[in-house]
Amino acid sequence: MTGTVLWLAVLAACALGFAAKYAGYLVPESVVDGRRRSRIIGLLPVALLAGLVVTQTVGGEGSIVVDARLAAAALAVVLLWLRANFVVVVVAAAALAAGLRALGWG
Amino acid sequence: MTPPADAAHADARRQGLSVGVATGVYGVSFGALGVAAGLDVWQTMALSLLLFTGGSQFAFIGIIGSGGNPVTAVATSTLLGIRNGLYGLQLARVLRLRGWRRAAAAHLTIDESTAVALAQEGTPAQRTGFWAAGLGVFTFWNLATLVGALVGNAIGDPRTWGLDAAAAAAFIGLIWPRLRDRTGRVTAALAAAVALISFVPTPAGVPVLLAATAAVVVGLVEAAPSRARDIEQPDGDLL
Repeated sequence: MTGTVLWLAVLAACALGFAAKYAGYLVPESVVDGRRRSRIIGLLPVALLAGLVVTQTVGGEGSIVVDARLAAAALAVVLLWLRANFVVVVVAAAALAAGLRALGWG
Repeated sequence: MTPPADAAHADARRQGLSVGVATGVYGVSFGALGVAAGLDVWQTMALSLLLFTGGSQFAFIGIIGSGGNPVTAVATSTLLGIRNGLYGLQLARVLRLRGWRRAAAAHLTIDESTAVALAQEGTPAQRTGFWAAGLGVFTFWNLATLVGALVGNAIGDPRTWGLDAAAAAAFIGLIWPRLRDRTGRVTAALAAAVALISFVPTPAGVPVLLAATAAVVVGLVEAAPSRARDIEQPDGDLL
């Protein structure tokens, strides 16, 4: 691949990526108003982020993988249940995953 | 004595900063992999500065690095970026911006800034959380990308430090407040199930987009006039 083609691909990806982001802001209010649509749009981030948590926790290369990430996510849930501070939850999850990997698992 | 509003802003800023550090450091990995995939330092930096959405960036260099077609790389990257547009639908109503500020907000609209905004109570704190996380991740992500692109793999795999698990835990922590009410719990559970079931049979990025159907289903059921009257759903509560 020539440098020019690669640059074109990089810039095309950037332009389309921004267009995808900006499109959400350009939708007129009249389209997203109304009780039903408003509720759906309010719930969208919750649904997308919950989906993202799943793919980040057990997603592998084309398969579901159970490794240190799942143990760390479980620890995060327990700590949140116990009302632990946000930063504590994140650091503890990282420490557990790092520790498990140091021991040779996940 | 700190008034509650200030405390809410401080909380939003703190969350934004910690998310910025936790996920921004991952840029080292992106920078190293970008150069390893055959991009030069400028092309790698251009992706972090201008595309600025991690999943799309990793997919792009992954496809280029494995000798894939540039059109496929652009298409996959864009597919992964569509969810940012869906975040924008809701963030536009929270931020209410025009002109260049709206364009700047759109550029910073990613999983992290959306999640931090979502985790706050009330519009002012949501705005603070959005900008704190968006600018925090942008700063650390780009600095880390530069370091990774320049020094390559010398830093090692961020997985060794559990940073991938830290990112997952951070997102769980950020949606946690939304799981207090039943609507949020049902939506999240349904979305998680959809993502899990669709993960193997569909291409990268699609499971998360399919998870959005959970919002549509729950939104339609909740809005039905005769149902779910017992569910408390204060207006404007959900981001």
